[in-house]
Amino acid sequence: MTQTIDHVALLPLYLAAGTALLVFIADLVVPNRTVSLVAGAAGSVATAAGALLIENRSSFCSAQGCSYVFDQRAQVFAVLFAALTAVVYLLSARVEAEPGEYAFLLACSMAGGVTLGAARDLITLLVALETLTLPLYALVALRRGRKSAEGAVTFFVVSVIATAVTLLGAALLYATSGTVFLSGLNQPVTGQLLPLATVGGGLFLVGLAFKVAAVPLHGWAPPTYDGAPLPVALYLSTASKLGGVVALFYVAPLLRGSAPLLAILAVVTMTVGNLGALRQSKMVRLLAWSSIAQAGYVLAALVVSGPAALAYMIFFVLMEAVAFGAVLAARGSAADGGSLDAYRGLGRRSPWIAGALTLALAGLAGLPPGFAGLFAKITVVKALLGGQYSWLAVVVALNAVVALAYYARVGASLFAVAPGEPKHRVAWPVATGLALATIATVVLGFAPQLVLDAAGL
Amino acid sequence: MIMIALLVVSALGALAAFLPAQFARFVSTGLAALAFGLSLAMYATGAGFWHEYDKPWVPGLNLRFHLGVDGISWPLIVLTTLLTLLCCGYSLWKTPDSRLIGLLLAMQTGIVGAFLALDLVLFFVFFEVILLPMYAVIAGWGGPAKRAAARKFVLYTLFGSMLLLLGVYLVVDQTGSADLAAPKGTATMAAFVFLALGFAVKAPLWPLHTWLPDAHSEAPTVGSVMLAGVLLKLGTYGLIRVAIPVAPEAAAKAAPVLGGLAVAAILIGGLVCLAQTELKRLIAYSSVGHMGFVLLGIATMSATGLQAALIGNLAHGLITGLLFFLVGAIKDRTHTGELSQLGGLRDSSPWLAGILGFAALASLGLPGLAGFWGEAFAVIAAAQRGWWLGAALAAVGGALAAAYLLRMLRKVTHGSSPPRLTGPAGYELAAWVPLAVLTIAVGLAPLLITDVTGPAVDALVEAIQR
Repeated sequence: MTQTIDHVALLPLYLAAGTALLVFIADLVVPNRTVSLVAGAAGSVATAAGALLIENRSSFCSAQGCSYVFDQRAQVFAVLFAALTAVVYLLSARVEAEPGEYAFLLACSMAGGVTLGAARDLITLLVALETLTLPLYALVALRRGRKSAEGAVTFFVVSVIATAVTLLGAALLYATSGTVFLSGLNQPVTGQLLPLATVGGGLFLVGLAFKVAAVPLHGWAPPTYDGAPLPVALYLSTASKLGGVVALFYVAPLLRGSAPLLAILAVVTMTVGNLGALRQSKMVRLLAWSSIAQAGYVLAALVVSGPAALAYMIFFVLMEAVAFGAVLAARGSAADGGSLDAYRGLGRRSPWIAGALTLALAGLAGLPPGFAGLFAKITVVKALLGGQYSWLAVVVALNAVVALAYYARVGASLFAVAPGEPKHRVAWPVATGLALATIATVVLGFAPQLVLDAAGL
Repeated sequence: MIMIALLVVSALGALAAFLPAQFARFVSTGLAALAFGLSLAMYATGAGFWHEYDKPWVPGLNLRFHLGVDGISWPLIVLTTLLTLLCCGYSLWKTPDSRLIGLLLAMQTGIVGAFLALDLVLFFVFFEVILLPMYAVIAGWGGPAKRAAARKFVLYTLFGSMLLLLGVYLVVDQTGSADLAAPKGTATMAAFVFLALGFAVKAPLWPLHTWLPDAHSEAPTVGSVMLAGVLLKLGTYGLIRVAIPVAPEAAAKAAPVLGGLAVAAILIGGLVCLAQTELKRLIAYSSVGHMGFVLLGIATMSATGLQAALIGNLAHGLITGLLFFLVGAIKDRTHTGELSQLGGLRDSSPWLAGILGFAALASLGLPGLAGFWGEAFAVIAAAQRGWWLGAALAAVGGALAAAYLLRMLRKVTHGSSPPRLTGPAGYELAAWVPLAVLTIAVGLAPLLITDVTGPAVDALVEAIQR
């Protein structure tokens, strides 16, 4: 049987893969940092533009369904992945790594992300997710030094185990349902196959929980973020996490009995994440723990409403990009995020960067002036209240109070009087990337309906 | 449009802090004056909404940009813009820092927005706007233990607003509407309890008041004035405008509990004040008692009680605002707030002793000054409701207020005479005089206020009892 391939539908993927190729060749011809990064950024922008052009086309169709559907939702995901990658390229102006390799690996990862949203069968979904993750093993290790290597090994080992678990789950799902298409997964399973299907679904979810750094598979995140180059840490906590959420978004509602499991994961994840963050004294580790907690809120929303979870994730990705962007700009040429003490008095040294970081922290805490975060939290609470999971809304609300304790601590120290570290110049691409992310966060904070529409809420 | 102009002017005043430092604070203060003028210009008469504006904002979250002003909200809006303007003027000379003035205006934006909001979700959004600016004012310009006090304030208040958020969306889920202009009034007890707890933290109602003394004693003078003068009013206003109208049946059931807690607050606030050794803490705790009277008035859910609550709100804003300005002046000159180290103010600074005595008498509810009406009529409303014991205990609480304020006056004004203190600076008089004049005006002619609030309160009571 031959399948027709709609090449137009695949345009975003072609553009993303083309970006990788372009960066690779550019590095061979002109081995220059600027060329590599500019080519990567331009390719990402082209991918986003291409994704905006295509709508409602599908490919690889058979009688059972299509494996690849580029609908409005896939479009939103593709644009998000491409835009995040573009911002990461901008912020990588000073990253200490081989620029050619770096830009190539990032573009490959983007190709996985762009495809992920369009995947409609388990195999395409997992291949796209692994394409998103695989280049990250190398990217995490690009910063030289022992800490970086430790982070990379932790990440690699946990990731391999998680992938194996997911694959086993997928295999069991296929065995019980007889189909790999997502549309076939919610067919009723009866008799002896039922326990097998439940176990398969559970394994699949737990494996994906690794990607979003949900407890108990969260341990890799703090050392890995801390060891990775800062722009890669940004990418890990936004794009890579988004990948896990997208997969969960498509699969979780199809699995019977997934809601209680997700609810438990959500409660444990947000609580452990917030309590962990309270104890941190290094900036990147604090952000890593906070992003674990934030994943808990996403999982909580996912229990009752996929679109609400997506809306939260979009807001979160924006604020996280601003937070890491500001950290990167504040650190100048330093390779890591440093301790929290290094940020004391930032408000005097670099008021604009401190302003952006304050905005991001307030948003992550869910408070104005970070209106994006306020509306994100409102979206989750609104989705949860009224149904049988109303109690989860209470847990989310209490966790928001705990979380404010550490966000406020960091925020206040920015404006403390401190014998300052020397002020340093911020490279213009870094400033541009940070400004773009900040403007997007502010604008969508005042026009949250755009995000809700994109999420299909 | 005038309402939007008021919000825009306030927000611009906050953003003006980003201008170059030499003129930013003057721009902000000018905008604060403009905002005060705009709030005065909103005045009208009648029972309905004097101005109304309604546009969808975020339909996915049931959020409409629905603003309105009536006799219940207008006096509080004017109080807010007046106190903000006085604080800005005071800061211009005392702590000429454009960031502090910008934060005051950011707070004003949130407070005025909350008073104007006729949409439940919009109310919550504006409510949240206030939190971080107030935190920054305490953490940035406060006393020696400012960090801990600011953290306690922000976590406690966020806990309150999270309860509020849960209540808001329970109401939306149960009634399908977030409208406050014509609330459905069918929300359940659960929704009312969440809303009332959220507001009780803000007001603060005993036993949820423990954040208040620390926040006050560490906050800078203008922070204390804003906190006591208007922030606390959001809690009581929220009960009147939000919690009771959306769930009148539940409110009626919970009213005795609320009334009992209010009486407890009056008594406990008074007793704790008698034991205080620090001036600012004493004034802070006195707020617990005074807000207790306001809550007692609200709990009766009668026209008399609600009128008493509204006038009590205003009077407390004026008098406590004045008291905190005075305490600030005393601490600036003597560098201590310990009652045991103060003393002899009558000799060292007769003018300060005089005006402090005036403010203390107003605070203890002397007839003829603003504090009298709210407290007297709260007690009368409780008696009318048949809560004789509560009314009697509240009256005893009123006597306690007299006891602790006179004790404070005796300790501060009498005693050994220290060296003479400097006279009042112009900027201090500019902050005190309007508040003192208004305290006398409201005290002599309470009809000034009740005529404004009356029609709106009658309409509200009618809607609740329907």
